[in-house]
Amino acid sequence: MAVYLDHNATTPLDPRVLDAMLPYLTGPYGNASSLHRFGRAARDAVERAREQVARLVGCPSGAVTWTSGGTEANNLALKGVAAVGGPGRVLYGATEHPAVLEAAEALRGQGRAVESVRVDAQGCVDWTAFETQLAAGPVLLVALMHANNETGVIQDIPRAATMVQAAGAWLHVDAVQSAGKIAVDFAALGADLMSLSGHKLYGPKGIGALVHRSAVDLAPLHHGGPQERGLRGGTENVAAIVGFGAAADLAREELDARAAHTRALRDRLEAALGALPGVRIFGAGVERLPNTLQFALAGFEGEALLMQLDRKGYGVSSGSACASGKGEPSHVLLGMGIAREVAAGAIRVSLGQGNREADIDGFVAALRSLAMVTTPA
Amino acid sequence: MIYLDHAATTPVDPRVRDAMLRWLDDADGFGNPASDHALGRRARAAVEAARAQVAALLGAQADEIVWTSGATESNNLAIKGALEFRAAPGAHVISSRIEHKSVVDTLRHLEAAGLRVSWLGPDAGGRITAEQVLSALRPETAIVSLMWVNNETGVINPVVELAPRLRERGVLFHVDAVQAAGKLPIDLAAVPIDLLSVSAHKCYGPKGIGALFVRKRPRARLAPQLHGGGHEQGMRSGTLATHQIAGMGAAFALAAQRLEDDARHGVALRERLWERLRVLPRIHRNGDAAHAAPHLLNVSFEGIEGESLRALLPGLALSSGSACSSATREPSYVLRALGRDDELAGASLRFSPGRATTPAQIDAAAAQVVEVVQALRALSPRWDA
Repeated sequence: MAVYLDHNATTPLDPRVLDAMLPYLTGPYGNASSLHRFGRAARDAVERAREQVARLVGCPSGAVTWTSGGTEANNLALKGVAAVGGPGRVLYGATEHPAVLEAAEALRGQGRAVESVRVDAQGCVDWTAFETQLAAGPVLLVALMHANNETGVIQDIPRAATMVQAAGAWLHVDAVQSAGKIAVDFAALGADLMSLSGHKLYGPKGIGALVHRSAVDLAPLHHGGPQERGLRGGTENVAAIVGFGAAADLAREELDARAAHTRALRDRLEAALGALPGVRIFGAGVERLPNTLQFALAGFEGEALLMQLDRKGYGVSSGSACASGKGEPSHVLLGMGIAREVAAGAIRVSLGQGNREADIDGFVAALRSLAMVTTPA
Repeated sequence: MIYLDHAATTPVDPRVRDAMLRWLDDADGFGNPASDHALGRRARAAVEAARAQVAALLGAQADEIVWTSGATESNNLAIKGALEFRAAPGAHVISSRIEHKSVVDTLRHLEAAGLRVSWLGPDAGGRITAEQVLSALRPETAIVSLMWVNNETGVINPVVELAPRLRERGVLFHVDAVQAAGKLPIDLAAVPIDLLSVSAHKCYGPKGIGALFVRKRPRARLAPQLHGGGHEQGMRSGTLATHQIAGMGAAFALAAQRLEDDARHGVALRERLWERLRVLPRIHRNGDAAHAAPHLLNVSFEGIEGESLRALLPGLALSSGSACSSATREPSYVLRALGRDDELAGASLRFSPGRATTPAQIDAAAAQVVEVVQALRALSPRWDA
């Protein structure tokens, strides 16, 4: 059995979440929009889950709109606001997930002015540049992720929120990677919109949510049917919604224990990597997610290293699963000003509840043996 | 409770459930299909196997299947994606007034932004004819979007006949086949439809997963509607939900095996139900029975009020029309398009039996409906039988 060290790509389904889902995979099979009894049972389950997800992020349940995942939530936020939000630029952080970045670029294709927000060498917003950028003309929307999926770097969202609000713009926060790993409070962050995903927090794939304040006008992406107050047509994915709700409940209850567990393992890994020659850890100087560590080994090519580690039974990633197989260095690291040849060697380790100290030790040993027998590229 | 609402959604078949569980509870089944490691490859193999199963039911190639979150997304992607790719100002689209909400609302939205749409109305039998479509064509017509089987009446539109004639004219043809897949034979190798939407949960598969067939030769081109990561040949980004996809694959494989049996069973139950209901005078079967899908029967009852009728049938799970419209409680726009007035359209029931429905359930359901209709008519001052 392989050692799985890629929890930022996806997490295993918690058995308790599966238990919550099972009755809806087989039992009351109503369409949640049907008026008969089966339909009402499905409707109740959907609304209960909405409250559970709302509780995880401290927002009213009415602010939660179901989507098919984080990608759709991010697309809905950017395109939905741009469609009805009037003039003004759309700004997005240089290290955003492709779902934000490419949705923003699609807006550029429609004639909207779109700019990226510079980050420093640690991956944090360059505040001085951001201030100038906000002041340079009207801004409609700013998209900044709470925690980066590759480096784990946590953005100072409350600070950004104050500036964005003063500029009269909306702030969208991609919280797909932070929810369930660190405390996420919609109101305290100062966000106007926020994306979430089920399968990054031990829930099922194929379900996510967009949280948004009622003051934000939003146009739907998928037209058809009155579901989600007209914001998102389509028959509700009841089992997955119930699973997301259950996973959100567990994440809230176990947040501190989970963070402590992965933090201890991450620190162990970081210490061991520090003893290897030529290791560079990205975002090392700033606050990061407790489970994430991205590093490069001098002279090695990340994709090749990844394949060798896979053969030895360690599942890691070079960056985002969404970008894998493309052979391009991570835009996140390039955005942080990391040289291409260094970025090309990046390996991301993302830990989860199933990992143990032995996994870390085995991984470091595997890495060390590869580093010794493989001639640097 | 007798469940006669399979056109709204179906129970997940136990074999489908088993196919899904493999990817939900196995220690090695949870990988992200986009990941480049052993778990990722395992999930990816399941996704590709399911793609071949879905393609097989439709007579398509596996690489012509794009996963979506359901038919609503498929319909949105087909119409918006094709129009956006062509980016032709002043484009014209032909569709009908009996399409599913996801097509109607998408086109209305685009209409407000300048798209020109010809909304065809059905004949008294609920059908859109091929001639109607062909005579609505204009030089600037970009797409024809027409459903294969109507979700309220079960009427089959002549898409097979229409497809080659639209191909000759170079007009892209999108077909919403949500109510046709698994109910009627579909062979996209022989029928030149360009884009075709399907859904799993109408076919004993899970909710939250659907697909869009996008023809490769000649290639139908689409602009993506969900950006980020470039999954699905760049046409639809987002992490693939392995268990849902595996479930859709299993459901479509099962539907392919059972196609004839399911159809025979459906027709037998549908006609049995109609025989038992027609003891009532002044009822109307909506849609031409000569062109009806096996799984749907839609009936309007004169002299009663729809709301009271449904309220007095608590033992029957059925619908007055599309589940998507039932929350709004407006009389069906489909039945009004067929020429039923508001009152009669409101006093209608859609019965959709499924694989597990028995003749005894049909008889019991018919008896309840007959009894309630007779009771309501007896109380009605407007009923002068």
